[in-house]
Amino acid sequence: MLRWFHEWGSPKAFYLRSGKMLPWLACLTLVLLTVGLVWGLLFAPSDYQQGESVRIMYVHVPAAILAQSSYAMMAIAALIALVWRLKIADAAVQTAAPLGAMMTLLALATGSLWGKPMWGTFWIWDARLTSTLILFFLFVGVLALRSASGQGRNAGRAASVLALVGLINLPVIKYSVDWWFTLHQPASFTLTERPAMPVEMWAPLLVMVLGFYCWFALAWILRLRLEVLQRERRSEWVQRLVSP
Amino acid sequence: MKFGVMKPHRRNQLLLICILVLGLGLALMFTLRALDSNINLFYAPAEIKNGTPPIGKRIRAGGMVKAESVRRASDSLEVRFEVTDLQGSDFEVHYTGILPDLFREGQGVVATGTLDSDGVFSAEEILAKHDEKYMPPEVAMVIEGAQIQEASAL
Repeated sequence: MLRWFHEWGSPKAFYLRSGKMLPWLACLTLVLLTVGLVWGLLFAPSDYQQGESVRIMYVHVPAAILAQSSYAMMAIAALIALVWRLKIADAAVQTAAPLGAMMTLLALATGSLWGKPMWGTFWIWDARLTSTLILFFLFVGVLALRSASGQGRNAGRAASVLALVGLINLPVIKYSVDWWFTLHQPASFTLTERPAMPVEMWAPLLVMVLGFYCWFALAWILRLRLEVLQRERRSEWVQRLVSP
Repeated sequence: MKFGVMKPHRRNQLLLICILVLGLGLALMFTLRALDSNINLFYAPAEIKNGTPPIGKRIRAGGMVKAESVRRASDSLEVRFEVTDLQGSDFEVHYTGILPDLFREGQGVVATGTLDSDGVFSAEEILAKHDEKYMPPEVAMVIEGAQIQEASAL
């Protein structure tokens, strides 16, 4: 396990190995997102209360799930960067932050577009929306700190510490709808109960969530490869790679 | 390089980070608990009944729109209805304006406005709150039909 970890942790090995996965991941992403979007937007049933507006769910929910889980992934990378000092982990934190910020922004924007016709407002300072906005600021903060700290030996430590400290926002987002009165409704999916929607609705949603995960992995790997090349541009293997 | 055993300085660092995150998490938890009532978006019907919210100040109140309580004026946009927690506490809301599409009896609602000393809430904004359940219209009709049948059978 640790050996595998160390092998992937070397920038060169990561670059060469991830290159082979890319076409497969790209195909999978394309298929999942196409199937999910067409299924969700055209064929899934409308809702008895919300009508066709419910279809915003097929983008909003995956974006919100990805926003939170990408933060968790970024924090894991930050922990590895701080404790084990793997160079690739620091690059992973740096490249995950803008992608996570994008996902959070997408979740906030689609939620806003959904909120206006259903609730009657684009925005309200309830606990769920506010904690999600804080998540966005955390991503931006990590990104700004990491960009400001250069490439030295201890660079990126502040960004990694912020990423780890920000972890405590995740349970707040998750349980905000249960702990406090909010305008946002509680979760439709729980571990203990059946989904609060029929299979014709949650199946396309599941496909979209998987598609978003694949897209995120693809975008993260692509950015990470670019970052690795830039950081290792003076090393022998990159020189050999770029000059035939 | 030996695998499997953690170096002491790494273990210390890991420990330090865990303590830092746990400590901050605990601090945040206490802060949030202290702020509890301030984080709630609205006052519940029971709190309105108890006189918890200030009179005449701009507040939010929420709950379920009581069944068969909505009365509309015939010559204006004024509407009056009762908001309930389905557990015996309810209060009256007066509002003039356009209601959100999802507004209906039995649905959640969050109103912004002021409470007067008679316990009547004058709303300037009404937001609809929906629950986490989704279903196709046909299914909802079947369920409703079954409920009506059940009720008439009783």
